Amino acid sequence: MTRWLPPPRQPVQFSRRRFVQGLAAGGVLATAPAFLRADANAATALGSAPVLSGREIDLVIAETPVNFTGVTRMATTINGSIPAPTLRLREGDAVTIRVTNRLPVATSIHWHGILLPYQMDGVPGISFKGIAPGETFVYQFTLRQSGTYWYHSHSGFQEMTGMYGALIIEPRAGDRQRAERDYVVQLSDWTDEEPMHAFSKLKVQGDVYNFNQPTLFDFTRDVSTIGLKAAVEKRQMWNQMRMNPTDLADLSAATLTYLMNGTTPAGNWTGIFNPGERVRLRFINATGNSFYDVRIPGLKLTVVQADGQDVEPVSIDEFRFGPGETYDVLVEPSDDAYTIFAQSMERTGYARGTLAVRPDVSAPVPALDPAEWLTMEDMMGAMNEGGMNHGGMNQGSMNMGAMDHSKMDQPQTHGGMAMDHSMHGMQQGATNSLAKPSSSVRHARSEYGPSVDMRVDMPRTNLDDPGIGLRNLSQRGLRPPGHRVLTLADLKSIDGVLDDHRAPATELELHLTGNMERYSWSFDGLEFGKSTPVSLRHNERVRIILQNDTMMTHPMHLHGMWSELETDQGELRVRRHTIPVQPAQRISFLTTPHDVGRWAWHCHLLFHMDAGMFREVVVS
Amino acid sequence: MRRNAMKYLTTLVFAVGALQTNTVLAQMDHGDMQMQGGSAPADARDPNAYSDGYTLTEGPYAQPGPRQLKLMDEHIFWAVLGDRLEYQESSESTVYDLQGWYGTTYNRFVIKAEGDIADGSLEESSTDLLWGNALNPYFDTQLGVRIDQYDEGKDRQWLALGVQGLAPYWFELDVAAYVADGGRTAIKAEAEYELLLTQRLILQPRAELNLYGKDDPDNGLGSGLSDISLGLRLRYEITRQFAPYIGVEWAGAYGDTADYRREAGNKTSDTQFVAGLRFWF
Repeated sequence: MTRWLPPPRQPVQFSRRRFVQGLAAGGVLATAPAFLRADANAATALGSAPVLSGREIDLVIAETPVNFTGVTRMATTINGSIPAPTLRLREGDAVTIRVTNRLPVATSIHWHGILLPYQMDGVPGISFKGIAPGETFVYQFTLRQSGTYWYHSHSGFQEMTGMYGALIIEPRAGDRQRAERDYVVQLSDWTDEEPMHAFSKLKVQGDVYNFNQPTLFDFTRDVSTIGLKAAVEKRQMWNQMRMNPTDLADLSAATLTYLMNGTTPAGNWTGIFNPGERVRLRFINATGNSFYDVRIPGLKLTVVQADGQDVEPVSIDEFRFGPGETYDVLVEPSDDAYTIFAQSMERTGYARGTLAVRPDVSAPVPALDPAEWLTMEDMMGAMNEGGMNHGGMNQGSMNMGAMDHSKMDQPQTHGGMAMDHSMHGMQQGATNSLAKPSSSVRHARSEYGPSVDMRVDMPRTNLDDPGIGLRNLSQRGLRPPGHRVLTLADLKSIDGVLDDHRAPATELELHLTGNMERYSWSFDGLEFGKSTPVSLRHNERVRIILQNDTMMTHPMHLHGMWSELETDQGELRVRRHTIPVQPAQRISFLTTPHDVGRWAWHCHLLFHMDAGMFREVVVS
Repeated sequence: MRRNAMKYLTTLVFAVGALQTNTVLAQMDHGDMQMQGGSAPADARDPNAYSDGYTLTEGPYAQPGPRQLKLMDEHIFWAVLGDRLEYQESSESTVYDLQGWYGTTYNRFVIKAEGDIADGSLEESSTDLLWGNALNPYFDTQLGVRIDQYDEGKDRQWLALGVQGLAPYWFELDVAAYVADGGRTAIKAEAEYELLLTQRLILQPRAELNLYGKDDPDNGLGSGLSDISLGLRLRYEITRQFAPYIGVEWAGAYGDTADYRREAGNKTSDTQFVAGLRFWF
């Protein structure tokens, strides 16, 4: 926040609406000491973070009072603002960033998606010791890449309490895409609770923040619309497995206020344009734990960059992204005002801002979509599709009625694919080539214990699924006809981005696992403390298969090297630093570690990372 | 009578056994596929296969000294859950049923405390001090002691072995077997279900039964099935952690326990209204 307004009066009564909408003027309080505030002379866009540029940058981390909901809380901030200053750096520059810790506890800053020596990566206990209270750590590295990135604390839950900012690296050769306006749209969230307290509550009751759970009245409504048998069958497998079909997010608007550029929905962050201008929006998901579904009603979004790396432009209407991911989109607005609408995946709230020709105009804010139940596809992968008569499955014990029904509700967009996949599976057994990722599922020994509440035996490998809540929106009447939602299959790195076309020398398979009842998350059923590092050879091409054996989507972020996504046919597609893996999905990516050292690899849902879905990677 | 007791015990052991089997069988067994539980096949992947022998503290580029990075999987948590803290109308007594735990995801120290307070004094109470250990994704085994205290009667100490967790179809189960000196044995089983009428209005059916291997005239407990109670509580979750409720509880005594009660001039079954508070923190 750069509008240093006086702190709002404390409301006498707690208002639910105020909580969800937030305070119009919510943010960092003006009572913050002046030395902590961002440089007032720095060029700032309306309502955005201050901008710092050059080769030498000073950042100060301190506690700062904030008020987003009517309650004053202490945030951890970088230079006193939320979001932290936007760093605008230049490709090829050797930068020196001095980070001073004025917190009573240790801190750190991680440069998300940046290739650098491991000692500069900013993960306490892996890359360095962390920054002790009162200490200044000097980060020095040369920028070997360009694009939209971000930076954040990698200590405790500090990222959730305000430590995140945009990091833009301008390409030496100039941007591929011309744009007259350039805005960072950083989406985050805020909770008035101590993050540790929220985590402890999840430990007692995993669905404590879920107020979209199946109820008796949902059941009676289903009985009246689809009949008793179908209504029972719809619930049968979920109940039998002790799984909740509305388990889309661990946190929700029950505790979160969703922010766009540090501004509450009521505050309405606004970006100004002149009609006819091309506007580049650099979307960054800097939340602790929220997936956002982003759209700008009335505007086509041309995605030109994903995770800082140029992609072949693709025109879409909506995209989903999780913590850690970034998308650059171009828009060409012609009306007076548009709403940038980012609803959270579990559909309990939204971040919202405006693109307008003047600060005083706005456009209607869409209603939240209804929360959709996870489908059998999300629980069982390809088992629910065409490949049913494969393998030794006992169809009698499978709940055919329930499945047919789930298909009826959510028509499949790729009905024919599963059959193909299972056939690949059969072929795979015969050949041992690494040209394609192996499709035979191999669960780890440690996936059969108390840490894993489900395993997927027939995962889906399709990349063209927008995910739960975004499927068939036009058919369901939730969007205009022809509404297109971005999927991983739409993303293709522009020529020249992917530079290593060697076949992988080795293939690793790891599974994403968890237990929602115990609230524990892990790789292969082993939380971080029980795990051993994944060892990779320096400069060797390697394939990593990630299979999601949970019902949640995990944005998997590998530090220090790219994650180059491929199809299940081994076709290299797009370079990412954070890959979202959907429930029951099996994806694979290739990487070539060019920098030795120890690196972190984790789910970027902060609570999942902290619960143990975290591995160390050694490159030597 | 002894034979009768054995019959009850056997029945219950079978019931508990069946329940556990059901837990295993119900785990999405699709032919040769199993989505939950089970044991690892011989050719299961080695989760350390990619480590080249390195650990979090050993091998190239490891930070010197003891491991610094510890996440929540190595953190100690604790919680107190008050499932029932209620006033029972006809017996004019206050009943508490609390559980607390301290520990990690898979190993915790558990205290269960139940008791009746009437006329300002603790009429009877039962306290379990247990070591809980994860058995499978949804159940913990619990091993420890139970201390029963009676205002009028004889206090008892038991060794306790039980399982507690979430069964398929969302039934919360807590079943334990107890052994005390003099060859005393007992089994206690509790089951609860939560029916969400709305997101905050929740109906909770609850059943509890007690069996004893031996007559305990001092405490008015007979061998075999001693008592059953069935409750139905409707709570409103002002927050998930704070929910007042009203309900009805039916309790009945059987066999020798019923005889003891009749001899003492008490009713062998009773239905009463309850009002209370469910909370956790």
